[in-house]
Amino acid sequence: MDLSVVILVEMLYAVASLVLISSGLAVVFGMMKVINLAHGEFMMMGGYVTITAVGLGVNIFVAMLIIAPLVVGLIGLVVERLVIRHLYGRLVDTMLATWGLSLLFIGLATMIFGNTTTGISTPIPGFTVGNYQINGYNFFIIVVAVVLVIAMLVVLKSTRLGLIARGTMQRPDMAAALGYSPDRIYMATFFCGSALSGLAGAVLAPLVGLVPTSGGAYIAKAFITVIAGGPSLVAGLISSASLFGVVNQVFTFAISPVFGEVALLVSAVILLRLLPQGVTAKFFKGKM
Amino acid sequence: MQGPWAKEGAVTLAVAVVLIWLAPLMISTYTLTILIIYGMLGFSLGLIWGFGGILCFGQAAFFGLGAYVYAIAAINFGESTWPMILAVLVPAGFALLLGAMMFYGRLGDVYLGVITLVVTLILFKFINSTAGPQYVIGKARLGGFNGIPGFQTLNVPGNPEAYIWGDAYYYVCAALLVIVYLLVTALLRSSFGRIALGIRENEVRMSLMGYDIAARKTVLFAIGAAIAGLAGALFANWGEIVTPGLFSLGQSAEIIIWCIVGGLGTRVGPILGAAGLAYLKFMLGQQSLIDNTLIMGLILVLFVLFLPKGVVPAVASLWKTSFGRRPFSRVHQARRMRNRGRGNG
Repeated sequence: MDLSVVILVEMLYAVASLVLISSGLAVVFGMMKVINLAHGEFMMMGGYVTITAVGLGVNIFVAMLIIAPLVVGLIGLVVERLVIRHLYGRLVDTMLATWGLSLLFIGLATMIFGNTTTGISTPIPGFTVGNYQINGYNFFIIVVAVVLVIAMLVVLKSTRLGLIARGTMQRPDMAAALGYSPDRIYMATFFCGSALSGLAGAVLAPLVGLVPTSGGAYIAKAFITVIAGGPSLVAGLISSASLFGVVNQVFTFAISPVFGEVALLVSAVILLRLLPQGVTAKFFKGKM
Repeated sequence: MQGPWAKEGAVTLAVAVVLIWLAPLMISTYTLTILIIYGMLGFSLGLIWGFGGILCFGQAAFFGLGAYVYAIAAINFGESTWPMILAVLVPAGFALLLGAMMFYGRLGDVYLGVITLVVTLILFKFINSTAGPQYVIGKARLGGFNGIPGFQTLNVPGNPEAYIWGDAYYYVCAALLVIVYLLVTALLRSSFGRIALGIRENEVRMSLMGYDIAARKTVLFAIGAAIAGLAGALFANWGEIVTPGLFSLGQSAEIIIWCIVGGLGTRVGPILGAAGLAYLKFMLGQQSLIDNTLIMGLILVLFVLFLPKGVVPAVASLWKTSFGRRPFSRVHQARRMRNRGRGNG
């Protein structure tokens, strides 16, 4: 009984962290079709911003939920203006340029913070269920992920801003004809995507030892989650994150954490082979 | 090979011999060897990406696989001839399977990139976790994060006592690169190469003409992997240790940067890009003011933004417009290929 509770919580946590990792990319790649290979580095920077802010005496929740997304969002804005703006619609070129950016950020972080592991302790204490100890912070991650998904749904589906953004992504020429500037909407959307990445990196920072190359650990997971999710943004995110999260945890419990990771990646390759357009191209069609 | 081809082959050979002879006067043969190995690695991706239109984000997987296969086989066999052959065949076989899975599944460019990337990550994670004594192949322990040291290095075939090292090893690597280069030139001149170019330019048209696209792409992918595997085996001999770092994403990124900087759709471009950037990295490694990764990243971003064709085609077109009679189509080919992705967005 106790064990099953623990496993259930761990699975929910795995799904929630996948949702968090992928949400920023879902906006940037899923909506804007920009293959942002620097996504992991945006998360890494979110983590460093949090640690720096906490070191300066800011409350950890303020640092994680407000400062990190803002700072990373602004970095994203600069990146969009300087690089991405020139490459819209050129899939392969964006992929290469953002990979260059990711190396650049890794280099910068190494120069500023050094090639050492830094971290902060989790702000929420753990508690016990029967014979097992559960990390209380896992619940925080689950809550953040749920709030995030609901917020994304509401913003995209029921606000005017979301409608304009979605319309512009589908037909920029039509949006321009209706008096909206696609350039500025792209800019704003990229800001939101980067801010989400920063938020994810910040929230996950207390759980991992942060090194400048931490981003690499996220990027593959984020991509396969978003791509396997398919065309529907939120429904795809949830369905693929659930699938991969469960696979990961089952193999982690059955064999070892490394095999959990490998099983996740292998299942992604198989899934992409079977459903190359993603889960939501076949199921949940037309949902957000 | 006849007529102008024989002439080109002879010219290539002559230029290569002069370069191989002159280069040790400026750079030590130890450094030159690794530049040549990286050149071969860059060439392998330049072949499948520049001439086949297959953007593989995991060329490092075949490189690492070649190195590991060589190391494991060399420990078990105690000599180097069969391990070298295996180090070419195993990555090629692996690429055949992987390529068949991807190309017969008709996956698009982006999915191809992601799957190759993920496969590299799987290998990296798996090899990294093989530190325990239960991970043994024959007599060789996989060694996890520490890699495999202390295997038999290259020897004269049939005589395990006669090691090939130092200057001699440099000449062996250089000769192998020239051989691979000439073989690939011949391949591109053959009907297989012509059809591969056709597939790169317009896949639908070629399939309507009755060619089996998936099979041809798979074979080309495997040839690229075989070259990368050979480079990996040579690297294992050079470094005398293989580590999981060979499979890392950074390694894959570097290969792509070499190709972009050198110039896609050319044969010498990726080789020169690889050797040049590897040498630059070597020089930069001697200073600690600016991080190496930062400079590589900056180079990639700047090239994509301002010189997406790469150095060799740019210089060639400059040369042609200055001295030639008419602009040659190779530059246009490269540009057209890179534009192909634009329609998908």
